[in-house]
Amino acid sequence: MAENLKPSSGYAPVIGLEIHVQLKTKSKMFCDSPNNPDETAPNKNICEICTGQPGTLPVANREAVRLAVIVGQALNCRIEEYSKFDRKNYFYPDLPKGYQISQYDRPIAQNGYLDIEVPGENGGSASKRIRIRRAHLEEDAGKNIHPEGADYSLVDFNRAGTPLLEIVTEPDIASAKEAKIFLQELRNIIRYIGAGSADMEKGTMRLEPNISVRKPGQLELPAYKVEVKNINSFRFAESAIEYEIARQAEILKEGGMPKQVTMGWNEKAGQTMEQREKEEANDYRYFPEPDLPILHFSKEYLEEALASIPELPAQKRARFKREYGLPDADIRNLTEWKELTEFFEEAISELDELAGKALPLKFAKMAANWCLQDFSALLNAAKINPLESKVTPHNFAELIKLIEQSKISATAGKQVLAKMFELGGEPSRIMEDLGLAQVSDAAVIEQAINKVVSENAKAVADYKAGLQKSFGFLVGMAMKELKGKGNPQVVNDLLKKKLE
Amino acid sequence: MDASFSEISELHEKLKNKEISSVELTEYFLQRIKKHNPQINAYLTVTEDAALEEAKEADKIIARRGKISVFTGIPFGIKDLFCTKGIRTTASSKILENYVPPFDATSVQKMRAENAIILGKTNLDEFAHGSSTETSAFGESKNPWDTSRIPGGSSGGSAAAVAAGLAPLALATETGGSIRQPSSLCGVSGWKPTYGRVSRYGVISMTSSNDSIGAIGRSVRDLALTAEVMSGRDEKDATTGNREVPQYSANLRTNLKGMKIGVPAEYFIDGMEDDVKKRVLDAIEELRKLGAEIIDVSLPLTKYGSLVYAIVTPSEISSNLSRFDGIRYGHQAKDARDLAEIYSKTRAQGFGDEAKRRIMTGTYALSAGYYEAYYLKAQKVRRLLVDEFNNVFEKVDCLVCASSPNVAPKIGAAKDNPLFGYIADQLNIPAAMAGLPALSVPCGFGAARDGADGGASSSVAGVQMPVGLQIIGPQWGEQKIFDAGHAYQTVTDWHKKMPPDFVPASPLPGKRK
Repeated sequence: MAENLKPSSGYAPVIGLEIHVQLKTKSKMFCDSPNNPDETAPNKNICEICTGQPGTLPVANREAVRLAVIVGQALNCRIEEYSKFDRKNYFYPDLPKGYQISQYDRPIAQNGYLDIEVPGENGGSASKRIRIRRAHLEEDAGKNIHPEGADYSLVDFNRAGTPLLEIVTEPDIASAKEAKIFLQELRNIIRYIGAGSADMEKGTMRLEPNISVRKPGQLELPAYKVEVKNINSFRFAESAIEYEIARQAEILKEGGMPKQVTMGWNEKAGQTMEQREKEEANDYRYFPEPDLPILHFSKEYLEEALASIPELPAQKRARFKREYGLPDADIRNLTEWKELTEFFEEAISELDELAGKALPLKFAKMAANWCLQDFSALLNAAKINPLESKVTPHNFAELIKLIEQSKISATAGKQVLAKMFELGGEPSRIMEDLGLAQVSDAAVIEQAINKVVSENAKAVADYKAGLQKSFGFLVGMAMKELKGKGNPQVVNDLLKKKLE
Repeated sequence: MDASFSEISELHEKLKNKEISSVELTEYFLQRIKKHNPQINAYLTVTEDAALEEAKEADKIIARRGKISVFTGIPFGIKDLFCTKGIRTTASSKILENYVPPFDATSVQKMRAENAIILGKTNLDEFAHGSSTETSAFGESKNPWDTSRIPGGSSGGSAAAVAAGLAPLALATETGGSIRQPSSLCGVSGWKPTYGRVSRYGVISMTSSNDSIGAIGRSVRDLALTAEVMSGRDEKDATTGNREVPQYSANLRTNLKGMKIGVPAEYFIDGMEDDVKKRVLDAIEELRKLGAEIIDVSLPLTKYGSLVYAIVTPSEISSNLSRFDGIRYGHQAKDARDLAEIYSKTRAQGFGDEAKRRIMTGTYALSAGYYEAYYLKAQKVRRLLVDEFNNVFEKVDCLVCASSPNVAPKIGAAKDNPLFGYIADQLNIPAAMAGLPALSVPCGFGAARDGADGGASSSVAGVQMPVGLQIIGPQWGEQKIFDAGHAYQTVTDWHKKMPPDFVPASPLPGKRK
């Protein structure tokens, strides 16, 4: 099947995405009940409004509207002066009012785009523009629960009425890989703005791709599209889209036409499966929500919103390259994790102070490496984010400086960082407590070398006879003599000198 | 004067002067309800125990402080469309027969904050769909002036309770005449506020875009007092306005010098009963004598009001009634085998014919392909109606006409005529669709002619039934209509008339003067 995916085969995927992002607000979209996706006790965060009691009315959450506007602006969308809510009418037990308050023909944001970096020719990367059709606000539904073996179902309304931003792209995406890159970039933007956790595993970001495939030579959009549901990780997103493309290309290749259906991704089977036949083309009877006034965005409001957008991932990446000269891969890895980036930048400014002058680029490279490797490993193992750890940017910066100045070896530095992570505290003190300070004092090292040279005459002779291996042995012995704290460079240099 | 037909300000004086306690007053009304409610079915629920508890509290407050609210210790009724915490709220529908809300409507909360005493919940057309209370799942209410006649609707229970002296005041709602028409038919005063003046929160929605929450009482002064309590911005209702609430009652005028009152030609419609027309013209003459300048005006778009209403109302109803699905509260069909049956059977069993009719019509009007032709177009015409009113209100301060083209018809005369409501509401709908404030005040009596619309062909029955004068104001123009209505009531006593069968044989006990 993978044959069909080769560009040379001429079968070109056409992919548009619908993404639901749960906005991070204190309260729900239209009432005061807490908006807490982590609540596990059923029907805890509910009130008369989000359970649709008679006579209750919605009031739009200002913060949700503001976040929607800002995300829209970050996605280069046009924010019209007026926007409104509409009712989408349908019956389902998890939908308390018998309609969902959503937005139909006047979404908060429309006609935007997001530029992503996709693999280009000759192994480089290229920028690709994915157009955003619209982004609109709506309320989420509750959750139906079907206890095993029971002859009843239950409904949990904790999620009912929580704010969602639905983002819809144009069908500009041409591969699973591009879809994944787009999603990751979008997720980072949402997180940088602080609009949500955008966590696919937790369901605070949900993806429904619409996939179709063009036949070789076909220019117009395919006459069908397949929607895929039940994707709750980036990995699933990639696999599901790849699978769908291959499946559809196969049908087209055999002269068939894929059905316009909704498929579900089945991770166990590693394939998409047609979902239970949906109700035929639902008529949702949209009409303007009469309980909510039209939203009006003044010029001042929009300017203020625009000004409040923090540095976005793409801007940050460009700046990191410019200011710190870090390799692209490091920059990407760092900026993927918003809190780690923040930690890194704080540490860099501390280093600036510690260094007392313009920051040597070497410091930045070292700090980035330590952030991405040892520190990330510790954080991931403890499942916390950098700002929650006991390692302060100040102490982290100090550690980098100790290493850079050879006051401690890299190996010992790892031990110190682990201790800092466990208990907190200053690295210089921990280094002393653990007796890990590096010895660079030539006199001390020379003393050790003299001892080693006099006690290992054979190795010295072997080295002089041309056996390079013996040099390493002698270094090891000298380091042992120095209890592992000798500065390797100094030991090397002095030993070489001694043996000349 | 007897307490059963006293105005709130009179009862307040008696309470304040310790001539009577709130407990005595409440007990008195409860006794009257016990005695007379079976005759008129105005109340669906009577909250006797809670009322007496609340009255005791009110008495303590009266004893404690010198200064009390005019509503402290005053009993009142509430249309059973308002959610009342801990008190069954049915909307006169089987689907909510045993529903007890966990919260109070904002307007109820405000009345409670004044320490007014809830006597109970009054009957209405099911979900307020109707003009007679005959669509109530719990039987129709009857007109205290002739119990073989309807009290009007949908706030018929509230109007009948006040007319029969079973409450000095009752909260009511209006979407297209539901306060003005029953007030007129029962000979009491009714206030329909500007849309957005009073919070709709907690009042079961019919047509969200023009539901108005008001009251029915014994005088315009009482309504002005009530308006001061009920009005104002509510953070729970995004459609309420931010405007300041004036001291309506303190500002009431007794002469109308300088006021310009418009008489719209289109409101004196064909089929209007002769006596109704005469009484209304008499009343306009009184207004002239009070100093008002009477001006003939024209509202040519009036006839489109009912058409707009006929589309917008069922459309919004079809959506607003969706929440009654048997899942979380209310009636749930016992014999349903799957989800689709829970919905279809619950709703088939729970809703009456009129609600079903409106759900069907509204669902159709909002369907794909029809939305633009119906709902959207209706909203555009509605905008024109608003503009037309705005233009007229540049020339006049308020408009006057009849509240209903006919006096109360016989029970059943309208029951099998689904268009009855729409015809009778014709005088009320344009202002309702435009969100304007209006009053109905009693302006005399007329001979009843039997037939749903008081049709010209019916025979004259000879019974004298109340006639109501309607006063319509511009948006936020409550003060103007209260002024006109109050001035009228200072020179007439139609609002003080009592239906003979309900005049108490013995006066209120417990007088200590």
